[in-house]
Amino acid sequence: MNNSVNSTDIHKAIVAEQKAQDRKKMMVNGVLLLLLLAAPFVLYPVFLMKILCFALFAVAFNLLFGFTGLLSFGHAAFLATGGYTTGYLLSNYSGLTTELGIIAGTLAATVMGTAFALLSIRRQGIYFAMVTLALAQLVFFFYVQSDFTGGEDGMHGIPRGKLLGVLDLEDNMNMYYVVLAVFIGCYLLVQRIVSSPFGQVLKAIKQNEPRAVSLGYNVDRYKILAFVISAALAGLAGSMKSVVFQLASLNDAHWHMSGEVILMTLVGGMGTLLGPVVGATFVVNVEYQLAQGPLRDWVDPILGGIFVLTVLAFRSGIVGEIQKFMKKNLG
Amino acid sequence: MTMMKKLLASAVASTLMVGGAQAEISNNTVKIGYLADMSGTYRDLAGPNGLKALEMAIKDFGGKVNGAKIEVVSADDRNSPDTSSSTVRRWVENEDVDMVAGMVASSVSIAVSKILEENDRLGIISGSAASSITNEHCTPNHIHYVYDTYPLANGTASAVVKEGGKTWYMLTADYAFGQALESDVRQVVEANGGEVIGAVRHPFPTQDFSSFILQAQASGADVVGLANAGSDTTNAITTASEFGLTQSGQTLAALLLFLTDVHALGAETAQGIQLTTGWYWDMNDETREWSDRFMDETGVRPTMVHAGIYSSTLHYLNSVAAAGSDDAQTVRKQMMDTPINDMFAKNGTIRVDGRMVHDMYLAEVKTPAESKSEWDLYKILRTIPADEAYRPLSESKCKLVKM
Amino acid sequence: MTMIFGVPLAVLSGQLLIGVINGAFYALLSLGLAVIFGLLKIINFAHGAMYMLGALVTVVLFDLMGVNYWVALFVAPLLVGAFGILIEYFLLRRIAGQDHIYSLLLTFGVALIIQGVLTNIYGVSGLRYSMPDLFKGGMNLGFMFLPYYRAWVIVVALLVCFGTWFVIEKTKLGAYLRAGTEDSQLMQGFGINVPLLVSLTYGFGVMLAAFAGVLAAPIYSVTPVMGSNTLIVVFAVVVIGGMGSIGGAIITGILMGVIEGLTKTFYPPASSAVIFLVMVVVLMFRPNGLFGKEA
Repeated sequence: MNNSVNSTDIHKAIVAEQKAQDRKKMMVNGVLLLLLLAAPFVLYPVFLMKILCFALFAVAFNLLFGFTGLLSFGHAAFLATGGYTTGYLLSNYSGLTTELGIIAGTLAATVMGTAFALLSIRRQGIYFAMVTLALAQLVFFFYVQSDFTGGEDGMHGIPRGKLLGVLDLEDNMNMYYVVLAVFIGCYLLVQRIVSSPFGQVLKAIKQNEPRAVSLGYNVDRYKILAFVISAALAGLAGSMKSVVFQLASLNDAHWHMSGEVILMTLVGGMGTLLGPVVGATFVVNVEYQLAQGPLRDWVDPILGGIFVLTVLAFRSGIVGEIQKFMKKNLG
Repeated sequence: MTMMKKLLASAVASTLMVGGAQAEISNNTVKIGYLADMSGTYRDLAGPNGLKALEMAIKDFGGKVNGAKIEVVSADDRNSPDTSSSTVRRWVENEDVDMVAGMVASSVSIAVSKILEENDRLGIISGSAASSITNEHCTPNHIHYVYDTYPLANGTASAVVKEGGKTWYMLTADYAFGQALESDVRQVVEANGGEVIGAVRHPFPTQDFSSFILQAQASGADVVGLANAGSDTTNAITTASEFGLTQSGQTLAALLLFLTDVHALGAETAQGIQLTTGWYWDMNDETREWSDRFMDETGVRPTMVHAGIYSSTLHYLNSVAAAGSDDAQTVRKQMMDTPINDMFAKNGTIRVDGRMVHDMYLAEVKTPAESKSEWDLYKILRTIPADEAYRPLSESKCKLVKM
Repeated sequence: MTMIFGVPLAVLSGQLLIGVINGAFYALLSLGLAVIFGLLKIINFAHGAMYMLGALVTVVLFDLMGVNYWVALFVAPLLVGAFGILIEYFLLRRIAGQDHIYSLLLTFGVALIIQGVLTNIYGVSGLRYSMPDLFKGGMNLGFMFLPYYRAWVIVVALLVCFGTWFVIEKTKLGAYLRAGTEDSQLMQGFGINVPLLVSLTYGFGVMLAAFAGVLAAPIYSVTPVMGSNTLIVVFAVVVIGGMGSIGGAIITGILMGVIEGLTKTFYPPASSAVIFLVMVVVLMFRPNGLFGKEA
């Protein structure tokens, strides 16, 4: 008797606690949303859009790395594929509205992601990372060889066009709010995925794959789906980036880009929702500000230093460390 | 009395004029943005020393234009068109930068020129090689100053064919720049009665060229042409020397070779290679005097790109002063109307497509016996007149030419 | 002339020989990586930077103190190896026991720092280094001209590879090493200083990379970034061979040299991509590489 009363009490307490936490989360998210809406009036919109695109890229990567435990060293391939596809279509088919171009780019990355996933998913740990790297190198080779990408000159003058044929995206403010809307949509989607039963299985796979197998889950199928969603979102980030900057280049396909997204996720805090967003903001800013300051010639070694420092001292990343701190000090 | 009046009047008029001109320099400041690779593959071409050259030009000009101050901002382009376009957008939209100088990677130059066109500012590209920059990618807002692939292919290939190098084998970097260079060489070689009997496209970058050098040797061609750049070229030349390519009677022709590359190779390895250059530090008293000053600042001899950055900045400032304005189109017109005569170029002119055409030089790398010092590396064999060197406007695909 | 697929046999033999030479070079570089992974489970993304350091130190020692090639062949790897031990002691040790991925990220950061700092000091055009007099010239093999230096590279690279394999797989010292890194507590109990063993092993792997760097100095352009692309290729070799398999790294190194050489003959543009193609195919059929043990 007593026991059952106790357990309902505990249950109530847990629910109350969760509600309080949800409220806290809502508050944080609300403040962030307001900041993002107001940002282009204070800060430079194109730069903000760059951050949003990379943040989406990192969020996509984190779904795979942070939540499923699969380190892909080839995500640059999806970013570039999204960008090149969208860029090519919008440049060559003037009837195409912008959103169709972006959707096509995302689809292309999704298809490529499926192929990558099928070829790599059964490999474990470092072998998985290396197969994705190898596949991405082959994709890079293809883009270097293809005429339509413009080789190392890049693809330039991609028209931003009109959203749904109506909203003029040449205007930076319009463009910004479209990018912001897409970003928020994707962020919420990932949030949903992570907290869904599907997301729980992904986390279980990350923690202990053999156990997930023994519980009867078709682990491969879950991993493939996570990979494909991640690739699709990375492609979407690349598509939007090519529209924002009106260019697509080989830099996006290079393995250094795959390394950079790892850095972003790690610095921000892998396995947290907000981490990659913070990480991308941080890395893009560091790179951009340093490149123009007195430390201009030292950007690479400083980025290297950030890598080393993060791995040694802040392995949970900015967001992860803050969460730890909050838990410790605020109960 | 009347005399006095006249003097007074003209004094008033001239102050008014100066005042008027000043009013046309926006914010009473001429702001120059220097954008180049400061830390990557192309660092030594323009890089930090290019900024020194730019600052030398401003100092030599006197530090002020018609009383307006000159400011410089600089950034690393990270060889990335995205990063470069964010930087340049901020420069022109928020910081009132009037002119952007430097620029090496073609993707960066093209991306920046589009932004300059949108915002009607001026760009002077000194580091890039791609001739497409003033061809299909030309804009009314940029000038390509030092060199491009057309005279490189033209100068070296026609000279080598005329000396009897009839059959060619090409080692080409497998990307747009290498392919453009190769096709230009093909045209020139065939026009002069020679023939390209084989070509191999190598990935960029490649470290080991022995396999390709072996293929070139087996081809039996008179000349092995290198249509690549940077460490690819130096690696190919080192390997060619190791495999005795030149001893077996073949000639090496490097199509894009900078002084820094030859310096890295040394006269012993690079001797006898013919190349085309836009400028060399040891041509005459003027170039030597400037190079000595440059060396005092940086510790190295300048490349043609460094000299070009200096010359173009000076030409820009002179034109701003003469036009009394920093408006992009006014200055560009002034720059086009005034021939360039300085230590970099004699009678150089800027064409409607933005191409600065000037004499180019066919050079040969000295032998160790001829080379008296570390940087004493070239002898100039021939001056290639400007109108012969560059792609004629009649062949241009630039939208400004057709108009 | 005998032709094979439109290529004269003489040319093909030349290409094969070049392939074997480059393969021996890859084997040497891969070996260090395999030793470090096989014994320490560290994914050393700083391996390319260490290779570069070997070459750079050779050039700088010569420029500053006139240290010749033969001395550099010993001194440069020792110096770079000592530097590697410092990295192990101050950085890698702190993440021992964590997921391998962290060692990859840490060493990647270290490589960025080393390359970036040296680029600011030495530039990227390349540093001049002359071929040692003994190796100038070459011999005519009939089907090709073989520079003496390349002959030296293949001999010395294979000797070092074989020696390392022999010591680790066939001697008592190697047995201690393998045991010490696999079950460190047990070995501590036997009075063996395991942390020292780990430091020395990492230092040794780094030395092998630096040794390859010294071999590269007279024939390749020596720049602070020369290792960054080589790294990826060498990684591919180790993965194809099976991470941690020392014999596998050696054999795969030579094999990849030959495959790359043949690609350079038949379809040159793909010669840098072909290794990745091989990697994808091999891992499809053998998830742990050609010679890898079950994970």
